[in-house]
Amino acid sequence: MMVDVESRPRLWRLARLDFDRVRQRRVLLYPEGAMFINETGAAILELCNGQHTIGEIASALGERYGTDVNDDVLEYLTDMARRDLVTTRG
Amino acid sequence: MADLLPTTLLAELTYRCPLHCPYCSNPLEMSRADAELSTEQWKRVFSEARALGVLQLGLSGGEPMIRKDLEELVAHARSEGLYTTLVTSGLGLTRPRAERLKAAGLDHIQISFQDSDPVNAEKIAGTRSVKQKMEAAALVKSLDLAFSVNVVLHRGNLDRLGEIIEMAAGLGADRIELANTQYYGWALTNREALMPTRAQVERSKPIAAAAIERYRGIMQILYVLPDYYEMYPKACYAGWGRVYILVTPDGKALPCHGATQIKDLQFVNVREQSLATIWRESPIFNAFRGDDWMQEPCRSCPRKSTDFGGCRCQAFALTGDARATDPVCTLSPNHGMIEAALTIPGQMPDYIYRKVSGEPQPA
Repeated sequence: MMVDVESRPRLWRLARLDFDRVRQRRVLLYPEGAMFINETGAAILELCNGQHTIGEIASALGERYGTDVNDDVLEYLTDMARRDLVTTRG
Repeated sequence: MADLLPTTLLAELTYRCPLHCPYCSNPLEMSRADAELSTEQWKRVFSEARALGVLQLGLSGGEPMIRKDLEELVAHARSEGLYTTLVTSGLGLTRPRAERLKAAGLDHIQISFQDSDPVNAEKIAGTRSVKQKMEAAALVKSLDLAFSVNVVLHRGNLDRLGEIIEMAAGLGADRIELANTQYYGWALTNREALMPTRAQVERSKPIAAAAIERYRGIMQILYVLPDYYEMYPKACYAGWGRVYILVTPDGKALPCHGATQIKDLQFVNVREQSLATIWRESPIFNAFRGDDWMQEPCRSCPRKSTDFGGCRCQAFALTGDARATDPVCTLSPNHGMIEAALTIPGQMPDYIYRKVSGEPQPA
């Protein structure tokens, strides 16, 4: 599965982005797993709905944070796809 | 240790089950239905678990669909924010029931299959079941529920790993969990019939690896090798009392599935103490936390914080000493008993089936 700036990532349909009130942290929940997510990660994942390309997501976040995050966003989503938590297929 | 927060609760709602799988990990002596926790008790346990930090809830058994209050329990778990998985044989899943479970907020359903070959699948399950499982999977798919297929692997089905993966893909599964048998409870009784050969295990590896890549982004494939063939033991639930709590049908809180076998542990029941007290203070949850309990070769081993000496229940079941190094570890002085178990008989022995008197049927 190729992941590049033209890919339109979606959160895995078995994953749910949530807030853990006990640990006061954002968390991605999925079968037999829980991954704690920082604010930037959550901001990226919230845009992973199959509508936006990785390039568009990076632009949106770059504007919000006032810096170029293209490489970071691509790297983050490539890693999440490798973990099956984000898909760019179908 | 007070800062450890559990992430996972496995709620074994009942031991009642329509299947008789020879690799069942439940204890040899199982409690009766009339000793099961009530609806209100389970709901309290789920709330206590969430407040303690638990995020993942597995509703398991036996066959959890035998419990008539399953929908109510799912709704409660969802209202607490737990990610809830139903672990089921699929038997007894009707359309109205599946619709109610979905409406209650079930996140994910896991349906067990025994083999891609229907005759062998029913031989393993010890009962007619394939047609009902296929129908259950189709039903779940038609309702667009997230679902996994899970298959326990062993000598009698490992050669069909490729076909099993194709079967799951054909059913439209989002995920397939392929775990080789772990030898606890009833599975240890059947170990000689279940243990795959080294050649079978080696053949399976490239098949799984290729399928994982082929289905990435379509169906997640999890493949767990048999620990008897590994160099080092598995880190049992990331270490004793670190992330995982299991509650048995009659309310015993355990750090590991096989803990009821360990003779000198004092069990604590959720009817008597809160889950938080049990987690933080009970002798059983503290028994193998940290590394003070370890013997050599674990005590001075650089891997002791990686695999925590392996599984305490396996160590006890095989050596009679829960503090021993898991014999699966090639560094264990008891590793010879693992090697002996890998002397595979030419002819596969017959399965010994668990039979519980007064067999219940799913609701």
